[in-house]
Amino acid sequence: MKRSNKPVFWSLFGAGGMLSALVGPALVFLTGIALPLGLGFDAAGLSYARAMGLLQNPLAALALAAVISLFLFHGFHRLYHTLHDLGVPVGPGLKALCHGLARLGTLVAIALLFALG
Amino acid sequence: MVMPRTYIRPMGSWWRRLPFYRRYMVREATCIAVIAYALVLLTGLWRLTQGQEAFDAWRAALATPPALLAHVVLLAAFVFHAWTWFEVMPKTLPIVRMGGKRVADATIVRSGVAAASVASVLLLALAYGGWA
Repeated sequence: MKRSNKPVFWSLFGAGGMLSALVGPALVFLTGIALPLGLGFDAAGLSYARAMGLLQNPLAALALAAVISLFLFHGFHRLYHTLHDLGVPVGPGLKALCHGLARLGTLVAIALLFALG
Repeated sequence: MVMPRTYIRPMGSWWRRLPFYRRYMVREATCIAVIAYALVLLTGLWRLTQGQEAFDAWRAALATPPALLAHVVLLAAFVFHAWTWFEVMPKTLPIVRMGGKRVADATIVRSGVAAASVASVLLLALAYGGWA
């Protein structure tokens, strides 16, 4: 029998769910509200130079890749199951599409980080 | 093949029937917020690789009222996701034992919420410590 890939995608769903529960709210507040409004930050905020400088740190680059990738794997896995709950006739094709989009986003994020050097 | 005409219970909008189901659906819908936010970050990273002008345009777009409003909604969805994630943790984790005794459900939930609070404070301290 072919081995199921379910444990892999469930683990990625779980890891993404945990990471987004731990740091998601603070991240959204920082990048989506506090930095654009300049709440408590100096005028430069998340300037180009600072963003470039931050991502020169391999740990920061890895963290960003992990956030983007695991959030996508979590979100698309849950989306697939929610479509099923809503009565959408899901199947292997839709499942492959959901997981494929998460993989694609991961690869794009890694490629962009390498492009930054 | 002719399908037998058996009674099939209609399942349309089943989740509107009970508050419990509705809450479940709202929880599941937070996945859209998680995907959307990952795409916001991915777009920012992409604009960063294109140079300062492109990155500044992304930042300017984030500072517009619709984007700010969207992020308030995203924040609410993320908080709800985090809350419900820890709420079901006693069921999603394998049985946790300490000193031969099973850890109470309420303790597991509280530990999760505490871990998220510490992680959030650390992240905010890092950001504000560096750039404030």
